[in-house]
Amino acid sequence: MVELDDETAFPFFITLVTTSINLLLQIHFVLLISRQGKVRLTKWYSPYSQKERSKVIRELSGMILTRGPKLCNFVEWRGFKVVYKRYASLYFCMCINQDDNELEVLEIIHHYVEILDRYFGSVCELDLIFNFHKAYYILDEVLIAGELQESSKKTVARLVAAQDSLVEAAKEEAASISNIIAQATK
Amino acid sequence: MNPFSSETRLRDMIRAIRACKTAAEERAVVRKECASIRAAVSDNDNDYRHRNLAKLMFIHMLGYPTHFGQMECLKLIAAPGFPEKRIGYLGLMLLLDERQEVLMLVTNSLKQDLNHTNQYIVGLALCALGNISSAEMARDLAPEVERLLQFRDPNVRKKAALCSIRIIKKVPDLAENFVNPVASLLKEKHHGVLLTVIQLCAELCTVSEEALEYFRKKCTEGLVKVLKDAVNSPYAPEYDISGIADPFLQIRLLRILRILGHGDADASDLMNDILAQVATKTESNKNAGNAILYECVETIMSIEDSGGLRVLAINILGRFLSNRDNNIRYVALNMLMKAISVDGQAVQRHRATILECVKDSDASIRKRALELVYLLVNETNVKPLTKELVDYLEVSDQDFKGDLTAKICSIVEKLSPEKIWYIDQMLKVLCEAGNYVKDEVWHGLIVVITNATNLHGYTVRSLYRAIQTSGDQEAVVRVAVWCIGEYGDLLVNNVGMLDLEEPITVTENDAVDVIEAAIKRHTSDLTTRAMCLTALLKLSSRFPSCSQRIKEIVNQSKGSLLLELQQRSIEFDSIIEKHQNLRSALVERMPVLDEATYSVRRAGSLPADTSTSQGNPLQIPNGVPKTIDAPLLDLLDLGADEPAPQNSSAPNFLQDLLGGDILSSASQPGTTQPQKSGTDVLLDLLSTGPSPAQNGSSTTDILSLGPDNNNSNSKTSLNALDSLSLSTVTQAQSVPASSVIDLLDGFGPNPTVPKDNGPAYPPITAFESGSLSLVFNFSKQPGSPQITEIEAKFTNKSSGIYTDFIFQAAVPKFLQLHLEPASSNTLPGSGSGSITQKLRVTNNQHGKKSLVMRIRISYKLNNKDMLEEGQISNFPRDL
Repeated sequence: MVELDDETAFPFFITLVTTSINLLLQIHFVLLISRQGKVRLTKWYSPYSQKERSKVIRELSGMILTRGPKLCNFVEWRGFKVVYKRYASLYFCMCINQDDNELEVLEIIHHYVEILDRYFGSVCELDLIFNFHKAYYILDEVLIAGELQESSKKTVARLVAAQDSLVEAAKEEAASISNIIAQATK
Repeated sequence: MNPFSSETRLRDMIRAIRACKTAAEERAVVRKECASIRAAVSDNDNDYRHRNLAKLMFIHMLGYPTHFGQMECLKLIAAPGFPEKRIGYLGLMLLLDERQEVLMLVTNSLKQDLNHTNQYIVGLALCALGNISSAEMARDLAPEVERLLQFRDPNVRKKAALCSIRIIKKVPDLAENFVNPVASLLKEKHHGVLLTVIQLCAELCTVSEEALEYFRKKCTEGLVKVLKDAVNSPYAPEYDISGIADPFLQIRLLRILRILGHGDADASDLMNDILAQVATKTESNKNAGNAILYECVETIMSIEDSGGLRVLAINILGRFLSNRDNNIRYVALNMLMKAISVDGQAVQRHRATILECVKDSDASIRKRALELVYLLVNETNVKPLTKELVDYLEVSDQDFKGDLTAKICSIVEKLSPEKIWYIDQMLKVLCEAGNYVKDEVWHGLIVVITNATNLHGYTVRSLYRAIQTSGDQEAVVRVAVWCIGEYGDLLVNNVGMLDLEEPITVTENDAVDVIEAAIKRHTSDLTTRAMCLTALLKLSSRFPSCSQRIKEIVNQSKGSLLLELQQRSIEFDSIIEKHQNLRSALVERMPVLDEATYSVRRAGSLPADTSTSQGNPLQIPNGVPKTIDAPLLDLLDLGADEPAPQNSSAPNFLQDLLGGDILSSASQPGTTQPQKSGTDVLLDLLSTGPSPAQNGSSTTDILSLGPDNNNSNSKTSLNALDSLSLSTVTQAQSVPASSVIDLLDGFGPNPTVPKDNGPAYPPITAFESGSLSLVFNFSKQPGSPQITEIEAKFTNKSSGIYTDFIFQAAVPKFLQLHLEPASSNTLPGSGSGSITQKLRVTNNQHGKKSLVMRIRISYKLNNKDMLEEGQISNFPRDL
């Protein structure tokens, strides 16, 4: 076996013709980037190595953050399309195939943002920084394998809340056990 | 929380990182945190494992390496409690991807969790599996997922459906297991389940023809009804988006109907009514409505034709195109591209609007619009459209000029109605964006110019004007210099004036001035300077009165450090000085270049051995017929890798002039050389350094001063453009041949010079599957050991015909790969034919690393998509 050049060995296939039309909407990755170019959330549904990931983020923030406010919300990039939308200081970006429905992806972004907004109560960038894991949990209730799994905001909120309360219950239980131990060893 | 812990909380760490003012400070904080997490990892600290993982995820997001946390994820997943599992799975999805071997270790935990009694834990496992499953895991866990499609809670069913999509993508043969469950789930009422099952159904249809047939027969009617219900459903706040009931569901339904209706008239009939309803009734003032309309248009375009609907769809696109929202205009342009094949006339009606979009301030829209305009151009509208584009070129952004120029050139080349128009347009493009045009474009222009015999005067005068105004555009300068050299006399004497021309007065000295200016201005560009020198030599004969002045200009390059220029100037000087009697014949006008040969060559589709039959006998003044194709090829940058015409009637002196490889094949008639020493002449034209001399020069002639000796390629190819006109004539004048040989000894025939082709490499069978075999033949050019030319040859041993055959290859970073177009995309069966495709691999670590390549071959067999993949690591060493 020939030794391959670390994990980035085969970055991208070179294709001359792309004939197969992808009939499925598939989101390849989701990025949240702040206006200063800081990454707030990344979710990769297609395999990208660590090096590729940072390259992708660099390339895209360079392209997207410099675009003016009136321009369309799509950029073409490496044969894919990146649909982005800015909410306050955050850019929500999703990468899809050339033939996918960009308008629908805008709607999915908005769907996610509304759910975040309800969950945090008028969400701001700081919420997403300090509770980044919650943002991920919510995203996991909205998308799986790059496909939309739920169109009802209420259902998503209910599911996330149910899981949060499971965690809370476990915490309380742990706390009460340690209390009991503390009491007993007094 | 443990009060005795010295570690910081997640929140505090984030705060500390945010408080950093410099990147160095941030690195220090992260380093410290990582150190303490590592310590906790090696202590196997259970209490803070989940907190440490959360920290690691944050650090990971900042772009720092966090691989040491991967095992921690697995430990948390294996823990019994929900909170640990939740964070563990999150970490797993974030820190790992399907390509890591560690992932295999989690298969067992996943299996247990998929069977867990707590539905949320099942949900976590499904989510993780859906997001990062590898093919092995998919195969192992498919039965669990299949079972979960029937789970009592709909929220698990929907996750299982999406997870199944991933499984089928990874292992397509598992598809059939899912067909029946999906068919029953399509009757669900729960939106989440319906949404995801429709997606799963679409995936099944794309991987399996039988599944598609099955769903088409059994489910089309049902799905049409679901869509009807969704469209007409009463207000439901839970699913409502700006007044539309669950647009996501509607879009997915439209998409699955598109798949079912495509190519099937009966199924298409079933959906006509509802599509018409969606197309007419959907509100188009909000994005959600437009998203549905967009999907609906696409479905109408794809299903079997029923006239009325198509009109409806094109009208929607027309409305989109005039929308003020850039997003809507963008998708309209996108869709119109697809609509061209359906109804070209209807799209043409929007031409003016589309043309406006090319000038939009938004790069994404411009790009789409340009692509679309390119498709819209035809014989009838080529003139006005090109004018618009050329006019816009003047004011367009710098970074758009490249794309725009390429498209204009391609339009002009493809559809030009007459030569004068072609020349005019090209001149305009060159003047505006000469630095953006590719070499082939101006090479092509020169070919057209030589063929337009009655326009020579007009062209050279236009170019003379152009070079005055656009002397900074390299391509203009090159073409102008070439033409002034060739047709300088027409310029000065105003020969062949057209009615539309304004007369100009150019003296002989003016013409020389222009070239002198060019040589001074473009000091860093070898090609331009070399072309200038040749032009000067030609002018010295056309304008005898300027001969002395030209000699002086030529002499200035004698001291050039660039070998090519030095040699040219010394040679030319000696021609001007000593060989007056020869000169006029030497620099006669170039014969007309054969357009057909050039365009065929350029397309690269000519088999390598046809040049023997291609000799175009050309009558030149003294009546000696000769073949001109070999020099032509060189002139046109087509690589000197062709065997010389062996039936050439004239002695091969001409070919000797043109390059060692031709020389060698001529001296061994009948043998085909597996390894040609000709490099891509284009590369040579652009490289300034001489190729390493491989043969010591034995001549002491003044002309072979440089180490760049008899058999060197770079010189001959560089010379190709001009030495041609010298050589063709020299050959014709066979009487003074001996003196010519003496004069040009630098190129002289020297058949004893050994040919260095580098070592030969045996062909390898790069890939072999049940029915498909791929053989690689290698060749290398001397002087560039790091470049390997590979000829890939595909043969199909099965009985079926492979259509839509596509070969893809990927290489590691230290290699660069260039793929030429394949000879065909259809591969006949039973080994009765083959596809060949050329690859060029540049190994930046030549000598250290061997070639390695990953390949992917896709094709259709009986209309079924097939995919084969493999890795090639049996390349000969030292490639």
